[in-house]
Amino acid sequence: MLKNNPIKNIEHIARYSLAALFCLTLAACGKNNESELAQKTLLYCSEGSPETFNPQLVTSGTTIDAVSQQIYNRLVKINPKTGLVTSDLAQKVIVSEDAMRYRFYLRKDVEFHTTAYFKPTRTLTSEDVLFSFSRILHLDHPFNLVGGGSYPFFSGMGFDTLIEQIIVVDDLTIEFRLSEPQASFLANMATDFAVILSAEYAQQLIESDEKELIDQLPIGTGPFKFSQYKRDHYIRYYAHPNYWDGAPLLRQVIFDITPNNSNRVAKLLTRECDVLGYPSSADVEFLKQKPDIKLNESVAMNVSYWAFNTNVPPFDNPNVRKALSYVVDRQAIIDAVYFRHAEPASTLLPPSSWAYTEANTDVELSLEKAKALLLQEGFEDGFEMDIWAMPVQRVYNPNASKMAEILQQNLAKIGVTANIVTYDWGTFRKKLAQGEHDSVLIGWSADNSDPDNFYRPLLSCAATFSGSNRTAWCNEQYDESIFNALSTADPVVRKQYYDQAERLIFENSPLVPIAHALRYQVHHNYISDVEFNPYGGIGFFQTKKGKN
Amino acid sequence: MFNYFYRKLSLLFFITFGVTVFVFSLNYLFPTDVLSNMSGITSINEIDYEKIAQQYNLNDSVITQYFGFIGRLLDGDWGVSFITGTSIFEQVFRVLPATIELAMYALFYSFIVAIPLGILASSENHPWLDKSILALSIVGFSMPIFWLALLLILVFSIGLGWFPTSGRLSLIYDIPSSSGFLFLDIIRSSVDYKSEAFADAFRHLVLPTFVLAAYPTTVLIRTTRQSMKDVMNTSYVKAAKIKGLTSGQLLRRHGLRNGLLPVIQMLGIHFGTVITLAMVTEVIFAWPGVGSWLVDAIHQRDYPAIQGGLLVISGMVFVATILFDLLYMIFDPLARRHGHGKI
Repeated sequence: MLKNNPIKNIEHIARYSLAALFCLTLAACGKNNESELAQKTLLYCSEGSPETFNPQLVTSGTTIDAVSQQIYNRLVKINPKTGLVTSDLAQKVIVSEDAMRYRFYLRKDVEFHTTAYFKPTRTLTSEDVLFSFSRILHLDHPFNLVGGGSYPFFSGMGFDTLIEQIIVVDDLTIEFRLSEPQASFLANMATDFAVILSAEYAQQLIESDEKELIDQLPIGTGPFKFSQYKRDHYIRYYAHPNYWDGAPLLRQVIFDITPNNSNRVAKLLTRECDVLGYPSSADVEFLKQKPDIKLNESVAMNVSYWAFNTNVPPFDNPNVRKALSYVVDRQAIIDAVYFRHAEPASTLLPPSSWAYTEANTDVELSLEKAKALLLQEGFEDGFEMDIWAMPVQRVYNPNASKMAEILQQNLAKIGVTANIVTYDWGTFRKKLAQGEHDSVLIGWSADNSDPDNFYRPLLSCAATFSGSNRTAWCNEQYDESIFNALSTADPVVRKQYYDQAERLIFENSPLVPIAHALRYQVHHNYISDVEFNPYGGIGFFQTKKGKN
Repeated sequence: MFNYFYRKLSLLFFITFGVTVFVFSLNYLFPTDVLSNMSGITSINEIDYEKIAQQYNLNDSVITQYFGFIGRLLDGDWGVSFITGTSIFEQVFRVLPATIELAMYALFYSFIVAIPLGILASSENHPWLDKSILALSIVGFSMPIFWLALLLILVFSIGLGWFPTSGRLSLIYDIPSSSGFLFLDIIRSSVDYKSEAFADAFRHLVLPTFVLAAYPTTVLIRTTRQSMKDVMNTSYVKAAKIKGLTSGQLLRRHGLRNGLLPVIQMLGIHFGTVITLAMVTEVIFAWPGVGSWLVDAIHQRDYPAIQGGLLVISGMVFVATILFDLLYMIFDPLARRHGHGKI
């Protein structure tokens, strides 16, 4: 019967093959028998590729997140809960009475990573610490120029003039002598940038003449060791079994690099990611409603601002800058760009800092004042200007282009024509460092809890362009205030100096603070103990992945 | 037969010539410096410039430059990427297997789904079946695949959580890439989670394959249906029926043999479309193939990479078209008599 009816025959074949396909699909869908590897792998969806694997060379948060807490340790670190400096590789620090000599006593038996490209023969000694900082300090150091030779964080804090000498006392003791007392020195040594590299690995690279690999195939003492990196795709880390603080609970940590915001959220929902670093503000409300997802909110140690290039007319005129500062509609920006997950900024320093004072907060939106000031300076017909909007999403600025559009509308009302300019991130930063911009919408996330971390990198003379001062504004009074603030450890006195600095910013308006964003981090319920540091990168050392 | 083969090959030669001339001229048409476009080195200092210019025959006539260009292509020296500074040739051939894999699975899937459905639809005994299959194929035909892809992701990935949204294999599994074809690599690897990785790779494959297959499937259903109808109405089939052949024999000996010929031709004609659609699919599902790679290159203005991608994709399309043509010729002797090779 079947043989005689070809249609029936084919019908059957089709039915069976479809059924087989369906079964195969279902079988593949069942994820019941997960291997141990899958259970001990943490997938983190990150927002971009790191520029390098050495945090000394960068200030970008993406790189810090990807590299710093995973591969490296510092001499001291910041306790994310209290914001205070605690021990890391140095188990003890002794500070001399004049606050100019810092003696670090290193831990014993701290092992470096053993990888396919490097097998350490010795544990951590003062040599490694000396090497790590000499690379930054000494221009004739063999590794100084490797990786570009620029150390933006350290040049921003004036590291080269600050450090008079580094003395190796013995194998496990090293002393830093400063040229002047500096209250924020330990806080700076605790940042994610001040990592300790391996001098032995460096020696091996000198011998094989591959010095540039030190920043590409990294060796450190951190809880995870580098395994693979594919640009714009992923970074794979394996656990460092001999980590000095005990082996990590995870076997593998993978950074799944997914620049697109909605793709990142989709991956979180389908469990392709366990942890998501920076959900866009627009997704926060939606994620809050998901029962199996946990949302952490943290204090805002960041600021987004509009910086003017004070080398370029008419922005060399403080009154013009002041006039433009009156057109910033902070509330509209917070509603449209941050979806209300931010607070308006009237000062550079966020309100959560101990040095914050409310007295400076008379910023306002007033197109009349803006027009009057421009008229007074002879710009009754307005002028044309560029607003550079950074092309990447950051916590402190999730959508710079939209922010620029809001500014553009208000600027048009006072007769100023604004063009929005953007490049890819690499080009953008390069051109910014060369000072090719009129004004730029950018921001800053603190690396440590010290207020100095806002004032010095963003506006001091030393940080002009090559550092992160995008305004080229160099004011002697301002520099004096922030340096005076550093020379004492008394918080009350320091606060007075910072108030002075803040007033100078307000009067001169080299930049206009816009908002302090809240920072969110999302993970599935089966993940616990992600170290989520408000001052720096994310860490997975103690993270557990439990079955849910 | 040989004659036909020869004609096809000479056609291949001239098309290759045309494409390489075009790709070569892009060196001059792209906005950056000619030498940078050729070598992929963005910042060339004064001293090196002369040396590199010599190497790329920049001081000779355009003809010499072109032949130098062909020589380098054959040597596998396709320049380096503006962005990563690594060899374009290596990059292209690292991502190419993923695209071939996806396109092959999709074509295979559409073949096994479309041909039975097409034959079913051609049967005059079941007009309702015919109508519903046709209706389905029109829906599939007219639905933009990027939209279909997003719908499927929304329902099956985000809603039901059955399939992942992107990639070829979960990053958990560290499979060393040897051939570039994932299933082959998994079998060859010596990891202890093979079956798990296999299942995971399969789950990643389902949605992209289905999406990419949507268009060729609908085209094949309609082609199969029409040509089966035509064949079944010919006098030789009627004669065979009168001779007393069973329906099964009729279908096997006359129906399929003749009815499927246009299908092969159709596959060849639509291969180019499938590759274009594969690029769209790859971008949506973050499938690491040549399509998403090329789109990235275009975004980043990586001119040497764009040239390489262009060369490989056009090469793939015309080689496949000619292969399908040859296949058609093997099955249909009448085709050999048709005039010159065409594409």
